Amino acid sequence: MDFPILSSLILLPTVGALFILLSKSSEKYNFKSSKYVALFVSFVNFFISIYLWYIFDPNSTSFQFVENRFWLQGFVNYKVGIDGISILFIILSTFIAPLCIISVNRTIKVRLKDFLIAILVMESLMIGVFCSLDLVIFYLFFEGGLIPMFLIIGIWGGSRRVYSAFKFFLFTLLGSVLMLVAIISIYWITGTTDVTELYNLGIEAKYQNLLWLAFFSSFAVKTPMWPVHTWLPDAHVEAPTAGSVLLAAILLKMAGYGFIRFSIGLFPIASENFTFLIYILSLVAIVYTSFVALMQDDMKKLIAYSSVAHMGYVTLGIFTINQQGLEGSIMQMISHGLVSAALFFCVGIVYDRRHSRLINDYGGIVTIMPKYAVLFMVFTLAAIGLPGTSGFIGEFLILMGAFKESFLIATIASLGIVLGAAYMLWLYKRVVFGKLINTDLFKMPDLNKSEIFILTSLALPALFFGLYPEPLLNTIETSITNLIDTYKYTINVTK
Amino acid sequence: MEYTLVFSPLLGAIMSGFFGRYIGDRNSEIITSLLVSISALLSLIIFKEVVLYNYENNLVIFNWISSGTLNVNWSIKVDAVSSVMLVVVCLISSLVHIYSIGYMSHDPHKTRFMAFLSLFTFAMLILVTSDNFLQLFFGWEGVGLCSYFLIGFWFKKESANAAAIKAFLVNRVGDLAFALGIFLIFYLFGTVNYDEVFKQIPSVANADVTPFLNRKLVYLGVNFKAIDLICILLFIGAMGKSAQFLLHTWLPDAMEGPTPVSALIHAATMVTAGVFLIVRCSPIFEYSQLVLNIICLVGITTAFFAATVALVQNDIKKIIAYSTCSQLGYMFFAAGVGAYNAAMFHLFTHAFFKALLFLGSGSVIHSFKEEQDIRNMGGVWKKLPYTWILMIIGTLALTGFPFLSGYYSKDAIIEFAYMRGNSFGYWAALIGIFTALLTAIYSWRLIFKTFHGSYENKNLKLESIHESSYVMIIPLIVLGIGSIFAGFLFKELFIGANIDSDFWQNSIKFLNPLSTDHPPLSIVYSTPILVVLSIPISYYLFVKNRKITNWLANENKPIYNFLINKWYFDELYDYLFVKPSKQLGNFFWKNIDLKTIDRFGPDGISNFITKLSNNAVKFQSGYIYKYAYIMLLGFSALLTYLIII
Repeated sequence: MDFPILSSLILLPTVGALFILLSKSSEKYNFKSSKYVALFVSFVNFFISIYLWYIFDPNSTSFQFVENRFWLQGFVNYKVGIDGISILFIILSTFIAPLCIISVNRTIKVRLKDFLIAILVMESLMIGVFCSLDLVIFYLFFEGGLIPMFLIIGIWGGSRRVYSAFKFFLFTLLGSVLMLVAIISIYWITGTTDVTELYNLGIEAKYQNLLWLAFFSSFAVKTPMWPVHTWLPDAHVEAPTAGSVLLAAILLKMAGYGFIRFSIGLFPIASENFTFLIYILSLVAIVYTSFVALMQDDMKKLIAYSSVAHMGYVTLGIFTINQQGLEGSIMQMISHGLVSAALFFCVGIVYDRRHSRLINDYGGIVTIMPKYAVLFMVFTLAAIGLPGTSGFIGEFLILMGAFKESFLIATIASLGIVLGAAYMLWLYKRVVFGKLINTDLFKMPDLNKSEIFILTSLALPALFFGLYPEPLLNTIETSITNLIDTYKYTINVTK
Repeated sequence: MEYTLVFSPLLGAIMSGFFGRYIGDRNSEIITSLLVSISALLSLIIFKEVVLYNYENNLVIFNWISSGTLNVNWSIKVDAVSSVMLVVVCLISSLVHIYSIGYMSHDPHKTRFMAFLSLFTFAMLILVTSDNFLQLFFGWEGVGLCSYFLIGFWFKKESANAAAIKAFLVNRVGDLAFALGIFLIFYLFGTVNYDEVFKQIPSVANADVTPFLNRKLVYLGVNFKAIDLICILLFIGAMGKSAQFLLHTWLPDAMEGPTPVSALIHAATMVTAGVFLIVRCSPIFEYSQLVLNIICLVGITTAFFAATVALVQNDIKKIIAYSTCSQLGYMFFAAGVGAYNAAMFHLFTHAFFKALLFLGSGSVIHSFKEEQDIRNMGGVWKKLPYTWILMIIGTLALTGFPFLSGYYSKDAIIEFAYMRGNSFGYWAALIGIFTALLTAIYSWRLIFKTFHGSYENKNLKLESIHESSYVMIIPLIVLGIGSIFAGFLFKELFIGANIDSDFWQNSIKFLNPLSTDHPPLSIVYSTPILVVLSIPISYYLFVKNRKITNWLANENKPIYNFLINKWYFDELYDYLFVKPSKQLGNFFWKNIDLKTIDRFGPDGISNFITKLSNNAVKFQSGYIYKYAYIMLLGFSALLTYLIII
């Protein structure tokens, strides 16, 4: 067997976390050293994943780097492997994690060591989600991710952190329980939980609808789709910056990934049946939450609601089940991963200085923080989906895909591009432009080096992939084509 | 050559934007102006090649998006239509760059300003040289973005910020339709490349889209022909960018930006992108008579509406802004009657004289220390001799005074409309002539109130008014020369009688060749006569005897108010869109998210469980007799159940 590169990707952050855990805890000394350990580990992980991308063969239709280990007496195997879709999410995770670790300096004042451990464990789990090829393994990673996030909100959060943490937990767990039941029933129906085997076997049509709904309940909460989205704004508002970033950039993507890999892959017939439901919920998410975002007075809430709207595009695109729609959804998820992460960093940066998230407490800060203003503008535009940014490619392809399915749905969905511009530009105007009146703001320093590093390293890919998305589209193309072909084949056979 | 032309403004923008702090204000100004001037020079060379040798070229830079059957390139396409646009964009832009050195001399953010101007030029070049709809859309949004930045350039002004956002959003409404148009094109043709689309057009020209739209659209009771639907969507996009009736509200507000911006973006280039789109897509529009009529109608309505509003405005820039709006209406009107070449011609001449008027008014504003209200001006023509002369040249050209540039292009439009030969065309021509009269009146009103009569400004002494610097006057002179000669020199080229053969080649498609006859003399001569007559009339009304206008305004108060409030469009939109959006947002957030979903969802469940456990606690009271009692109840219930079943 080859070198287990995926397992090392998964395990490395945890090893780092253990290392930090075991190190001596004299506060001052290990403040820095544990940060360095975490940074080192996460950067190494990032470079491994880039190398993985480099040796990955985008033209192959099967899973690559597969590892299959005997576990639980053969009832469940530890099986991991990747295709063109998963690799992009793995890179996104390994890319965002070090940035979060860099950012902790200012934001986390207490129990830094524990915080770093939480982030690293989280990273492990997230990578695990994107490469697991066994339903039980997937479930473990998927739900395991809840725990560090719950702790991050509950321990390092704001004043209403306990309420938010429990709301987060309650919502997500509720969906997950049903998914667990569904996984167990799949085992009873087919006798395996191995995803590749299930792809080949197929699941009988009569079971699909219920199973699909069970998976849906879990993914819909995590996406989050309307009407189970209300935990997200609360969770974001209370979470510390790094927590919000992880939540928005990666946690939300696990659901989108789940829809593609499991809902469509395993239950094509049910997916066909429920397409209309998804369309409606996505449209509501796009239009409804955009209106809600318009009226927010808390920056983090506004961005949280905008995330719901953006994820509405993603779910819409996924269930168009055509080339443009699916590729657009993945582009949109990657783009949203970069952009929403950056926007939460942007809010975090002014929050560290002024300790307020209310829009009205700001205004005119372009005069004192010009660099901040420039970078914030770049991300605002990317969130709006301006051509030349990665957001455009995603949105445009999704709408193009949706248009093929239904004129009306694409038209309603594209209202989002006007509303999105409205709330983002209005936010930007109220925070950055205008006269600098508030005297508390005078002393705010412009970005320091680490903040510039974080924001530019998010801005560059967001712009680059807007102008030249080919590297991403190439990587996913074969996997998507394969997925669509299988889907269409199954639908035709049953008809 | 094409690469240098397109990318040198980008280089300038980067130099000035990112390194402006290191190379200094003056150097950034020189570098950006120089680079854009190089583009201007190259554009003239290309134009010459196109005119003389019918030069055409389509370069592919690299592949942009390929997803399934969708394949889009970054490209540079040069043909007759784009070469005209290149000249307009690069020439005006370079003059505006130079002018800005003088105009912005007191501004602390010169490098940022120059960077945005250059960036805008680049986006505009990307727009006009595209060979596909998606790159066009990129440039389309790119110019909108730069316009947003430049309108809101003075970011401390609340009104400038509001205007910037308004411009962006109104444009986005148009862009939405444009995007849908692109989707439909892709759906029907499987490509977004112009040539490939245009090739297939005749075959689908009469096809119904109903089979595809049937399911979704039938309840709206609308049954579109595919071609009509494409055209109407593209046209709505064009309406947004070119500030046509209903989507025009952003243009007057956009005057919050610095004046060079108004000249470049909101007069000569960006706002003409809509016209460019229609002309570029003439192979599509030619097949949709319905939409051409709509374009004509919207164009003429805009021309008339904007002219009436311009009659009573008092802000010097707003008058010119409404005038721009009105002239854009003429261009659409021309395109609507199928005279795409006349539309391009008017676009070309308009760029000169409107840029001249804007920059001239900028010079006036500069001299008056940022005063824009023409009621506070007057009597300064001796103080500002160059500006005065040049503004008059611009005005003459705009109003269509014989043998100046506007005369050729505007008359051509009216003639073509008349020659369309149906009653629709007659009416349109008639309104066109009447609007030309209105144009003359409001233009002369501006000149007379600004430069003639008595000096009205209370804050500034007459002595302190002085002419602008040469760096501002020289671009004006160049534009003045253009305004005088552009019409006369290029008349044959653009709208000459043998139009089918030479200059436009395949870049414009005429399904039915335009008529080469001339309308009756009464039509031909009516406009110039009205225009010439309007000068003394205006002089009398606005200088000699101002009582008449005041009396008119007072006697017809409702009409006057209607006009000065711009037909109440802002109020209407505020009432229809802005307020309901906010209310809807609040309703969704407070009533549905918080009071419904949360209340019955997570909070409801947790409350329910708390209550339940509170009640459950009561059972465990610790008194034996209570437990015994409950046991008894349970036992008898069970027994009853067993017996009955």
